[in-house]
Amino acid sequence: MSPSDDQALPGTIFDESAILSIKDLSRMCSVDERHIVEFVEEGVLNVVTVSSEWRFTGDALRRARLALRLERDLELNLAGVALAVELLEELAQLRRELGARR
Amino acid sequence: MEFKDYYKVMGVARDATEAQIKQAYRKLARKYHPDVSKEKDAEARFKEVGEAYEVLKSPEKRAAYDQLGKDYRPGQDFRPPPNWDSGFEFSGAGQGDESYSDFFDALFGAQARAGRGRRGEHPGRGQDHHAKVLLDLQASLNGGTRSFTLRVPEIDAEGRLVSKERTLNVQVPKGILAGQQIRLAGQGEPAHGSGTAGDLYIEVEFQPDPLYRVDGRDIYLELPVAPWEAALGATVKTPTPGGNVELKIPAGSHAGSKLRLKGRGIPASQPGDFYVVLQIAVPPANDEKAKAAYAALAAALPFNPRASLGV
Repeated sequence: MSPSDDQALPGTIFDESAILSIKDLSRMCSVDERHIVEFVEEGVLNVVTVSSEWRFTGDALRRARLALRLERDLELNLAGVALAVELLEELAQLRRELGARR
Repeated sequence: MEFKDYYKVMGVARDATEAQIKQAYRKLARKYHPDVSKEKDAEARFKEVGEAYEVLKSPEKRAAYDQLGKDYRPGQDFRPPPNWDSGFEFSGAGQGDESYSDFFDALFGAQARAGRGRRGEHPGRGQDHHAKVLLDLQASLNGGTRSFTLRVPEIDAEGRLVSKERTLNVQVPKGILAGQQIRLAGQGEPAHGSGTAGDLYIEVEFQPDPLYRVDGRDIYLELPVAPWEAALGATVKTPTPGGNVELKIPAGSHAGSKLRLKGRGIPASQPGDFYVVLQIAVPPANDEKAKAAYAALAAALPFNPRASLGV
């Protein structure tokens, strides 16, 4: 059976338009809210404050999960995680720019 | 089932200290971590190393493994003796979502998975699942249905973590970018009882395209032009993801000149742009006529391409 549009699952982009509370994010990452707070304080996650509550965007889910994997698997501390996440994004950007030039 | 030599996997001696094992793990984990590594088979190697470390870092598991392993050689057929693990007490549960080898599960499966608790979740709600896929650029530009085969972790009847294949047909949302996630509501772990199913998040990376390079929402094409097309200006046929267009090259262009087609990048409320980066292709001087043409050009033009180098 070949995929046809009417039986396909509708996907939505999970990005800046997706708004998450700290409760959502901690549930989705299966970690304590305290851990999310630490990521914010270390600058791993960006946050906006709306009526004195934190709001995250969809991309924070990807970053938080990446940070948690690095922390667990490489036994990094918070500062190490923050540095690794930044460097990995820089590397990904450089690879994209290099892309067609190889 | 094959006997696995965890000491060999980690590259440590059988009498290695805990500190040496930890050091070896950290080094290998940095080398093969799938988020960091570009090594071939990084994921498989990382799992192997993680499994070895899971056993060797725990004094109880290591003692049990050493006890059991003294009569085995790597690759030898292995069968755990009945009740082999009595007398060892296992503390601490496997925490990640990794699936270990049959060998590991035969040894530690029941114990390691038993403590796998469901932490801080809504009762009854299935867990979210996450996956990564490679997507063609056209899917983002035009939307459309793509079929993805994902490996999904599941707990089987014996409480072991196994991985099953699942194929999904997904309507790819138009305008998805590399690094973004597609959310499929209700496609994660099924509900427990009366709860709701978890969601599935698919992180997208673009397949390398033979023509185009993608940076954010912008798409780049390197377009070869002849020296006279760059110098005199020309209108040339140019591929774009939406089909061929006639592109006007301004006179006096040079290698690296960037021409922009506004709004022809990845679609969005503020769509990206399509950039054409010019490359000057040099015609070969492989016959008398071409050589004469080059010689005539050299004679007619006082041109020093190295003037900026001071020579």
